[in-house]
Amino acid sequence: MDLASSLAAGLNAAATPANLLCLFAGCLLGMLAGLLPGVRPATAVAMLTPLAYVLPPGGLLILLAAIAYGAAYGRAHAALVNDPGGASRADSFQLARQGRAGVAIGVASLAIFIGAAVGTLTLAVLAAPLAELSFQFGPTEYFSLMVLGLAGAAVLARGSLLKALAMTVLGLLLGVFAAASRARPIFGLQAPADGALFVVLAVGLYGLGTIPHFLALPARPREALPVANGRSLLPGGKDFRHVLPPLLRGSLLGCALGLLPGGGRLLGAYAAWALEKSTALRAGEVPFGKGNSRGVAAPAAADGAGSQTMFVPLLALGVPTSAVAALLMGALVIGHVPVGPQMMSGSPQLFWGLIASMWIGNVMLGAMSLPPLAPLWTRLHGAPYRLLLPVLVLLCSLGVYLVHRDAAEVALAAGVAVCACLFAQLGCEPMPLLLGFVLGPAMEESLRGAMSLGGGDWGTFATRPISAGLLSAALLLVVFVAMPAVKLRREDAFAPE
Amino acid sequence: MKIKNQRDFFSGLVFMGAGAAAAWIAPTLRIGTAARMGPGYFPLALGIGLAVLGGVLAFNSLVFETEDGGAVEPWSARSLLCVAAASALFGVMMGGLPRFGLPPLGWVPAVYATTLLASLAAEGFRVKQALLLATACAFAGWLVLVQLLGIAVPLWPVMAAR
Repeated sequence: MDLASSLAAGLNAAATPANLLCLFAGCLLGMLAGLLPGVRPATAVAMLTPLAYVLPPGGLLILLAAIAYGAAYGRAHAALVNDPGGASRADSFQLARQGRAGVAIGVASLAIFIGAAVGTLTLAVLAAPLAELSFQFGPTEYFSLMVLGLAGAAVLARGSLLKALAMTVLGLLLGVFAAASRARPIFGLQAPADGALFVVLAVGLYGLGTIPHFLALPARPREALPVANGRSLLPGGKDFRHVLPPLLRGSLLGCALGLLPGGGRLLGAYAAWALEKSTALRAGEVPFGKGNSRGVAAPAAADGAGSQTMFVPLLALGVPTSAVAALLMGALVIGHVPVGPQMMSGSPQLFWGLIASMWIGNVMLGAMSLPPLAPLWTRLHGAPYRLLLPVLVLLCSLGVYLVHRDAAEVALAAGVAVCACLFAQLGCEPMPLLLGFVLGPAMEESLRGAMSLGGGDWGTFATRPISAGLLSAALLLVVFVAMPAVKLRREDAFAPE
Repeated sequence: MKIKNQRDFFSGLVFMGAGAAAAWIAPTLRIGTAARMGPGYFPLALGIGLAVLGGVLAFNSLVFETEDGGAVEPWSARSLLCVAAASALFGVMMGGLPRFGLPPLGWVPAVYATTLLASLAAEGFRVKQALLLATACAFAGWLVLVQLLGIAVPLWPVMAAR
């Protein structure tokens, strides 16, 4: 089946009323997740993981994915009124400060839209060949691939590499024990058979667990600025020609970096801005960081593109590489949605439906970003966290409670949140733990298969060429990042976000 | 011996403990051999690996100097306790504690209690505002859950309904 007919079939699958409703809900929630204070896309996806028990597979996939990519638009709105720590957003803020919020949000939305289109195309083109390739993988190669994915995520996680690796192993352990306890209770403890432990962990780590952390952050300076008034929202012909090259450069850079594990998306926005900054200014052009529209377009395009291509490793290979992807994968597993190459071969309508929904969703999000609604988003960004917090706690608890109507599971989620905060105090990020938890059972399975094929010889991982290549790539990554010179640069790259 | 990085030292201890616990639990499952792995094989390997990683972390924290001593930053436990307690309280009020003879108290009381307790987590608590918010949440929840989605959620204490 060629691309065009696959897409047509996908459009058919995505355009049912139920799926469009899911898509709209996802886009709206994504927008809010990007702009509400103290809410991240991972928070929103984690809070909605209980939906996996009620929604059909297609709707679930479309809704949760829309939250992940829709947040890019929310971030663009937030950048208008919030003095960002990150240099890559400074131009939006400065433009808004000069009373040109309309231009800033117009350029940013257009850039995200085009970036997302390029990213979605990349996803559509790359996924099928990659899935095809991974079908030639045996358990040995698959195990090594997961090692590479986990190593990449640990390398790109914030903070100490050793701690990230240890959190990964801890996550793997929890995942493997949870899976094993379903067959036979461990010390009388048994994980629920329907995967509810994942919901508890997700809500605890990324829902409840992030709240105290956000409260402890110093309040960012926020200015009451004139919000976009709807006039001169879209860049004129000359402006458009001016921002088009940086926009395309940003899209391509974002596409490439979005494929990387972990912080790829953030890295993309930062790299795109840095790339623009390194180019020469035209005569009379505003310097970067002072309200340059090129400095708005490039990182926004990279953000939009990276928000789409981060789905490639998850959908084509079944290896999540970021917190959002891991949350998505966990929810999809609960909802009996096949993830990875099985999705492409077994239920292609799900994959192409998702691709089609991404294009429709970006149109919805682009429309939401424009005049009648634009001022609403900037105003919502100023919502006091004091009022938002109890609502978040309620939604988190309600979601966990409704899965089995079991008070103990809600209490367990609260306990996970406490642990998450203690770990955060020790400088340990939750992302590698979640990735490990999600991949643990699959990793054990493929390890068992690989060792049984290799007759119990660990050398089998080194003698099979593909597996050896993947493992040496993982080793190189870890050694490279552990080098003192890179260690310092790495801290710099994460500092602005 | 002086601890030169508090955060690394304590996280190292935690990982060592967790790894040791895993390596202790794993043999209660069947370990098997490398060619025919039992369910205990992979956890045992992971547990040992985790203990080693934790050991390296703790060792480094005793050897390498840091600028600030890697001190665990002071933080307010209040917000964490309020959030966690509010969430657990919601579960208990909705589900009840049959073992202690506490019946499910229903959606409306649970929302008020949770909202009030969670509001205490942030600075600048105002009773009136929190009560208003709780009322809005209780109404919105009733509208969406019961009326729109048709999920059967008891609104009031179950005894009172009898």
